[in-house]
Amino acid sequence: MTRTLQAAWTIARKDLRIEARSRELVYTTLFFAVACLLVFAFAFVRERPIDNAAAGILWVALAFSGTLALGRTFERERQGETLRALLLAPVERGAVYLGKLIALLLLMAAVEMVVVPIVGLLFSAPLLRAPALLAGLLALGTVGFAAIGTLFAAMLVRASSRDVLLPILLYPMTAPLLIAGVQGTAAIFADEPNLVLAQNWLAMLLFFDAVVVTVALWVFGAVMTE
Amino acid sequence: MSGGPHALAPDDFDRVSVRDVSRTFGRRRALARVSLDCRAGEIVAVLGPNGAGKSTLLGILATLMRPSDGEIRYGARTAAEAGDGLRGRIGVLGHDLFLYGELTARENLRFFGRLYDVSDLDARVDAALAAARLSDRADDRAGAFSRGLRQRLALERALLHAPRLVLLDEPFTGLDDDSAAHLSARLRELKLHGAIVVMATHDFETADGVVDRAICLDNGKLRDVPAGAGPLRERYRQALREARG
Amino acid sequence: MMNRLVPILLIAAAVIFGYAPFLIRDSPAEDTMGVVFKIFYFHVSSALTMMLSAIVCAIASAAYLRRRSRTADHIALAAAELAVVFGAIVLITGPLWARKSWGFWWVWDARVTSTLVMWMMFSSYLLLRKYAGVGSETLSAAVGVFAGVMSPLVYKSVDIWRTQHPTTNVLPSLPPGMRGVWLWCLVGFLLLYVALMALRTRLAASQAALDDLHLALED
Repeated sequence: MTRTLQAAWTIARKDLRIEARSRELVYTTLFFAVACLLVFAFAFVRERPIDNAAAGILWVALAFSGTLALGRTFERERQGETLRALLLAPVERGAVYLGKLIALLLLMAAVEMVVVPIVGLLFSAPLLRAPALLAGLLALGTVGFAAIGTLFAAMLVRASSRDVLLPILLYPMTAPLLIAGVQGTAAIFADEPNLVLAQNWLAMLLFFDAVVVTVALWVFGAVMTE
Repeated sequence: MSGGPHALAPDDFDRVSVRDVSRTFGRRRALARVSLDCRAGEIVAVLGPNGAGKSTLLGILATLMRPSDGEIRYGARTAAEAGDGLRGRIGVLGHDLFLYGELTARENLRFFGRLYDVSDLDARVDAALAAARLSDRADDRAGAFSRGLRQRLALERALLHAPRLVLLDEPFTGLDDDSAAHLSARLRELKLHGAIVVMATHDFETADGVVDRAICLDNGKLRDVPAGAGPLRERYRQALREARG
Repeated sequence: MMNRLVPILLIAAAVIFGYAPFLIRDSPAEDTMGVVFKIFYFHVSSALTMMLSAIVCAIASAAYLRRRSRTADHIALAAAELAVVFGAIVLITGPLWARKSWGFWWVWDARVTSTLVMWMMFSSYLLLRKYAGVGSETLSAAVGVFAGVMSPLVYKSVDIWRTQHPTTNVLPSLPPGMRGVWLWCLVGFLLLYVALMALRTRLAASQAALDDLHLALED
């Protein structure tokens, strides 16, 4: 077990080291998210933003940019076929899954730390009303989304049409997570906030995450052997 | 290597038996009832035209792929029975080299060394860099290397954890004369230490001086290339002619 | 065995569907919605059939991942296709009914939304199968398993979401006079489903056998 976690951390650190060198994923994912916000502003702002648009806009921007980040972190493993090299290591297959997942989560955390304040700014969202709760929703929602996304992106590494198949598979599958995330956030941002409801959504996200990560770990090993 | 000739560590094995292994991809048969036995201290060349199934065979031996039919035993156990630890005794030099272009040579070796739980990592990495004659370029990004340099680094990556079964896919590609000679010497060294080397190659001349046996894959079917007088290339062509009738 | 059963199932289904319109015509009209309500008989039966197919697909996918049996793969594929077909029926009859009964085409309640999401999940299964290339059986099996696991979660999350905004359109519970007719239609749908599954699985098995013959020819 510790061996698996150690291996996962070794893999995650490798990704972070590569990212620290070029910072390509962080910058491009971030700017893509901001570009999404811009497009949503055109769509949803009248004299002022539509009620509760901020919550939805935030989560959609994160879903879109997260999908791109997923695709590109596995694109890196395609060159030199290094994903196969990882699968050849004498560790549980789950270690490879966890390692890539951790690295992606750290990347998304960095992106969210910039995007969330920008959403607060552009769409007048009350970020500081319940910061811990908001952070919790974002964290758990991102974990669930990334958990499914890492599995699917790894699966698709050697498939044709993988760029478009990833979102096609991912968005319906992550619906419960997105619903919980948006609704929880909206409950915080609403003119009459309902923090108890937001806490309920947080609890649901925790449950969803437990289910998703368990199933993904179970499926990963089976799917990665051809 | 682990222990002496009589003491095998738990995940270790001293022979690989391939029994009637077939592998199909939909309508395409990549391997057709291939059987092969390899023992410790043997170097086996896998020859054959492009698309004959050489990479597929290596992939199955590496446990990356499952055979559609048949089984492979490492010692007495199949891959499923042996578990994850078995992969620690297998080293693979893939066609696409398995290197991270954005990491330096040293970082690549250290990363894989950690994954394989290699003891005394720093010393082993230094030794590997020396063997690849890359010590002066250890801290350059692997992506900046020429194909030949990357090939040398990739080989050392595959051998870093002193594997029992060494699988090489076209290891002589892109190597200059000097490097090819070094690789041949390395292979002989592996043989002395009891490794099982299975090597897919097109480089008949270089292989000739180094391999113990050769087999030939044609359209997924295996044929032995008989030992004997005459260069490997001729014996291979003869075997192909006979196979095709 | 299944091959002999299929014609029997199809004939039985045909009889049921043949007689159904008469039963439906004679069944009592529902108070508020009148005759339009009668689409219910096919709409709900399709929905239940779709969900059954989804469960079959998920289980067959899990079996395929465990044991790599070709039969499991064929069943999973057939079940996914039928989930999409019956789901399409639900998604078409639903809005027609809603439009006539309540004046709008769509409502974002738990049942409708989760049906839509499930339909999309299994459609993505089929797209993956068709376009991902070699090895798509294994990949789609993973999608099948996840579709099965996520579907109840989708329903639950939409349910909680929408109870914050209760709609005034509550589906009436089924009065006794209608239950018999509904069961009649449901049985018809289930017989049809089993027959179609058998046919589609047999087709997939035949295609696999053809591939085997191709390979045998090369020997």
